[in-house]
Amino acid sequence: MTTFNLNGRPLTIDAADDTPLLWVIRDLAGMKGTKFGCGIGMCGACTVHLNGRAVRSCITPLAAVADASIITIEGLDPQGQHPLQKAWIETQTPQCGYCQSGQIMQAATLIKDYPNPTDADIDAVMNGNLCRCMAYVRIRKAIKLAAAEMQGAAAHE
Amino acid sequence: MLKRIVITVVVLALVGIGGLFALAWRPSLAPIDPPAASAFPQDLVARGKQLAGAGYCATCHTAKGGQVYAGGFGLESGFGTIYSTNITPDPDTGIGRWSEAAFARAMHDGVARDGAHLFPAFPYTHFAKVSDDDVKALYAYFMTRQPVKAVAPPNTLPFPLSIRALQVGWKLLFFDKGVYQAQAGKSEEWNRGAYLAEGLGHCSACHTPRNGLGGERKDALYAGAPIEGWLAPALNASNPAPLPWTQDDLYAYLRSGASVHHGVAAGSMSEVIQGLAKLPDADVRAIAVYFADRNGSAAQAANADQALARAMALAQRDPGVVPEHGAQVYLSACASCHYNGGAAPLPARPELALSSTVNGPDPGSFIHIVLGGIGQNDGMPGAYMPGFGKSLSDEDIAALAAYLRGSRTMQPPWNDVPAAIAGARKQSPAAP
Repeated sequence: MTTFNLNGRPLTIDAADDTPLLWVIRDLAGMKGTKFGCGIGMCGACTVHLNGRAVRSCITPLAAVADASIITIEGLDPQGQHPLQKAWIETQTPQCGYCQSGQIMQAATLIKDYPNPTDADIDAVMNGNLCRCMAYVRIRKAIKLAAAEMQGAAAHE
Repeated sequence: MLKRIVITVVVLALVGIGGLFALAWRPSLAPIDPPAASAFPQDLVARGKQLAGAGYCATCHTAKGGQVYAGGFGLESGFGTIYSTNITPDPDTGIGRWSEAAFARAMHDGVARDGAHLFPAFPYTHFAKVSDDDVKALYAYFMTRQPVKAVAPPNTLPFPLSIRALQVGWKLLFFDKGVYQAQAGKSEEWNRGAYLAEGLGHCSACHTPRNGLGGERKDALYAGAPIEGWLAPALNASNPAPLPWTQDDLYAYLRSGASVHHGVAAGSMSEVIQGLAKLPDADVRAIAVYFADRNGSAAQAANADQALARAMALAQRDPGVVPEHGAQVYLSACASCHYNGGAAPLPARPELALSSTVNGPDPGSFIHIVLGGIGQNDGMPGAYMPGFGKSLSDEDIAALAAYLRGSRTMQPPWNDVPAAIAGARKQSPAAP
């Protein structure tokens, strides 16, 4: 039995300690926004937040998240209106869309660390998130747009 | 004539063995009826709890998945496996029948209640330095724990090392008896730090290399040593970290489990941090004062800004348009969390160019962390790194090690990386 918090709600899961968190999120908690890509932490499609930091859920065992707070794409913003999500739509970033929830979750950590990210920051931090549609140029654009909006919002506060 | 020589030799041998046993003999101390928990003042028990944390007693006296302090943890000594004993107050299998005098003798002399010499896997060489008052508090703490019935598995030391009486010889060679004596000319804070570090903390038990007989090498005090496939880094001036381990860095690391200039605690050091968490800030600060003095970091402080700038320049090296294998692994698996832009690293992004592990003389700790990751309760509380044991091949990890060592540090390549990877994989079967 492992208890953790998923998108703000406590959740107790009765599964083997080494069950990948991705399995738990998709098959036991029924949240399908997080995707399975490579299964070895090398593509980024399964990225979620663990205590506010991006991690690959496919190589994170259930036991490792005991008492942690996990946020998936469904929980990033209650209305799906996170500046990154809005920027993603505005720039029409996704093509097939499969990798995008992972891209957005990784980008959210990036913007938190680097509110005004350079191309080098974006390339390095987003390098582990693969996109087979090659939407990288638009991903970079969307991240900068969202960062600008967040900085603007911060300036108005 | 021959008969006379044989008799003489036999007699001398018997006298020698008899002498050894006479020298080794310690009386059994009378068993007591386990005292009621109410027999110990609560403030004494509370202080004992702090001290038990400062000595990480639970680390060795708890088997994996077992009950705390019930023993049965196997310590690979290099001579054989020595299992820790049950230090709960169970009368039959624990220390319930140990008087305070028996407990104090174990701590100060390394002798069990029944008179048997303890093996130095139990660091009585350090605990001897613990004051009588603190021993009393520890006794009160352990005697008020829940008794657990548990018998440790037998040690696997081969004959004749298994003869406990022979330990008296070891003690003659390597054991300096006596509680800690304050050093004149050093501050009270320094002496407090030294008392904790050299006594209960037994820091040098892991951080000092041992000689062929298992004694700590006084000529290499705090020079760093391999332990269970990891590296307990040097705590003296020979530590190769790019930035000096200053008093503030040591304090941050020991108090929070992470130093932004050096990295996070992992492996068995995590348990040290968890134990120290029970100590007040002033005690942890004192330990930092002591080691900052030992490592001479104040002398390097003037160069720290320059060293930081150099490390950050290494950190931002461009892997090129067609990255080498190790750089590819770094970009896919590591950069999303470990990349740092700008002039200084972020606390949430442990910088590999500054890492004491990546800069260390031996790849053991690096490999263990790559394979097994770092749990939320290790290092920085709440921070987590997944293990890549099932994701990366031995070749990937070796290439990554070579890339980081070559691009992020000024250190020479590590030796025998493939063997170290194979060894680490064998050690943690969870990461095939």
